[in-house]
Amino acid sequence: MTLQSATGPEFSQKIRAPDQPLLRVSGLTKRYGARIGCADVCFDLFPGEVLGIVGESGSGKSTLLSCLAGHLAPDAGEVIFATAEGPRDTLQMTEPDRRRLSRTDWAFVHQNPRDGLRMGVSAGGNVGERLMAVGARHYGAIRDKATDWLGRVEIAADRIDDRPSAFSGGMQQRLQIARNLVTAPRLVFMDEPTGGLDVSVQARLLDLLRGLVRDLGLSVIIVTHDLAVVRLLADRLMVMKGGRVVEQGLTDQVLDDPQHAYTQLLVSSVLQV
Amino acid sequence: MPDEYNFAYLDEQTKRMIRRAILKGVAVPGYQVPFASREMPMPYGWGTGGVQVTAACLVPADVLKVIDQGADDTTNAVSIRKFFQRTAGVAVTEATGEASVIQTRHRIPEQALREDQILVYQVPIPEPLRFLEPRETETRKMHALEEYGLMHVKLYEDIARHGQIATSYAYPVKVEGRYVMDPSPIPKFDNPKLSDCAALQLFGAGREQRIYALPPYTKVVSLDFEDHPFTPSKADHDCDLCGASDSYLDEVITDDQGGRMFVCSDTDFCRCRREAGHVGRLGGEA
Amino acid sequence: MIAIRNLSKSFTLHNQGGAVIPVMAGATLSVSPGECVALIGASGAGKSTLMRMVYGNYLAAGGEILVAGVNVATAAPREVLALRRATLGYVSQFLRVVPRVPTRDVVAEPLLALGHPRDQALARAEDLLSRLNIPERLWALSPTTFSGGEQQRVNIARGFVHAYPAVLLDEPTASLDAGNREVVLQLIEEAKARGAAILGIFHDEGARARVCDRVVDVTGFTPGLAA
Repeated sequence: MTLQSATGPEFSQKIRAPDQPLLRVSGLTKRYGARIGCADVCFDLFPGEVLGIVGESGSGKSTLLSCLAGHLAPDAGEVIFATAEGPRDTLQMTEPDRRRLSRTDWAFVHQNPRDGLRMGVSAGGNVGERLMAVGARHYGAIRDKATDWLGRVEIAADRIDDRPSAFSGGMQQRLQIARNLVTAPRLVFMDEPTGGLDVSVQARLLDLLRGLVRDLGLSVIIVTHDLAVVRLLADRLMVMKGGRVVEQGLTDQVLDDPQHAYTQLLVSSVLQV
Repeated sequence: MPDEYNFAYLDEQTKRMIRRAILKGVAVPGYQVPFASREMPMPYGWGTGGVQVTAACLVPADVLKVIDQGADDTTNAVSIRKFFQRTAGVAVTEATGEASVIQTRHRIPEQALREDQILVYQVPIPEPLRFLEPRETETRKMHALEEYGLMHVKLYEDIARHGQIATSYAYPVKVEGRYVMDPSPIPKFDNPKLSDCAALQLFGAGREQRIYALPPYTKVVSLDFEDHPFTPSKADHDCDLCGASDSYLDEVITDDQGGRMFVCSDTDFCRCRREAGHVGRLGGEA
Repeated sequence: MIAIRNLSKSFTLHNQGGAVIPVMAGATLSVSPGECVALIGASGAGKSTLMRMVYGNYLAAGGEILVAGVNVATAAPREVLALRRATLGYVSQFLRVVPRVPTRDVVAEPLLALGHPRDQALARAEDLLSRLNIPERLWALSPTTFSGGEQQRVNIARGFVHAYPAVLLDEPTASLDAGNREVVLQLIEEAKARGAAILGIFHDEGARARVCDRVVDVTGFTPGLAA
């Protein structure tokens, strides 16, 4: 049996490495007084890539993510995003522009779903909020889209009017993902998205995320301390220690042939199952 | 006028401060202007915001009308009216057409207002986004950046839960296509009267220290969905006293057997109609 | 298709006093389209290390590794990723998958990643699974619960589902019974016939003799052992 070779622009785009980065970060530095939050971080992220950032608590990975996502103002550096109008430094954007970006092209998945959901609003309202924020004013259409997205994250349609407080932790996290992806963002920031979940629930979420990344062509920056999660999810890996990037490269290469002393320690410290 | 109080209770500097807030509110329709709300000789919730706005607007020649839920003779209305009779010595009236300043709680008079009138609302919670976003820093930013998606989330929740927009009072509006505003807890039946009104409309929230305004003939639109348009609603009856079919009605329980009657909530409007000879279902007996 | 020149590799063990262990030097070999080359040498001579460097899994210390014109030794991560997606396949001895994903999807994934329609990709995956005698009732289950031999066959199916122009095979016939071994050898022969360049490790001497055109002894690339 032979497989018909796929054709068309979609296919050729997938076999070729994209030329233009979606995000170009250089010299990003954040200090807390004399202490370093993160220092001189540089990297490019290309469309469809998943970048993992690992490191122990206090290594600066969360500070870095907050600076990238515009939740924290860095002291120096550039975060250049390929907007529809061309590359722009998001740190130089006006606040209205940056906030518009963060509810259209960007999304942020918090570790604790309570930080990313409105707990007093139904599941449908949570998913619909971003649509309404960009001007959707047809109740029926909003509801249809919310139902579709609940299905994609494996939440039954009859739970659409339930509040997240009635959901399990895993369901809340899936709801948060649906709420973030409904406006088809191009770049998703994730802060320990599988933290605090049971191992079996984690696996389901990882599978879901992988499928969404592949099907929607999402670019993702994911911060975690779980090396198993990045091995399954991330194409590339950045290892941080003391606010600095000590090593970066292909995920499997960094994990299987770590070069830096700290990475070697990190990898060898993982319990084998 | 008793000489122990300044005219209309507040000192002149305070009134100036409030007038500056009012002018700013008029200049930016629907925007909540912070002001240094004073302690008033009445509890919060009794209309301290409205009273301060009224005090700042009054001149000795004014004729004041005060209503609470449309009625001139309820406790709140009576005490505020007495307060200004005593501290400002202004004339008072119950007739909407004769008043130059009308302070109101929860209603807009049925009779159309004129350009030489001022309508002052008492506002308990001025922030329409409060119930969905409790952080004041965040709601201010949302107003500043016109991020009003959240307002529709509230209406979405209504429809999801009740099959229709069940918000029936304090129904959010958009002013001149810019600021989303809480019109105070007036019934949504009154919302259309907010728009294109000839009178100056001022809103005072004492506890929350906010003043906002709608200058005459401002365009005010009630928020809705394309497939669930805004509808002003009222009880599906005529007034049992005056027979009016187009006024907002109060339901009154009359006995323990389930007897009830519907009467105009605007007492002055009802009285005028009855004096003009209109009679409702129970108009003879009442 | 695969051209390796003067490749070297050493491990630095920072947590053991910074010991530097040179494991490879001067490795040079090439594999042409339609050719199958076997790496031989004693355990620890560096066969797997070399394979892993070709795949970009281990970092080269020096030299070059050209696969379809891309120098894996110096390429940016995204270039290696693109190469792995479309050009360079790898059948390792270990199956690493997200738990709970059905076997059918695990095998089809390389095709889905290339943008093939889902139904075509699944049909191709099912065809390979049945050729490798994985019972149909297991297709909807996750391979994490399978026996070692079953996992190995799932891994092989995944490695052959897309017609990679270059393929790396790490002991593809290990722990397989005679029937399945035959299927795998046929798959390798088919791949050669369509022009794939194959580099592999075969401890199974019969298999090596049947499918491999040449052998390269990596002992010659081992520092200290090279005589």
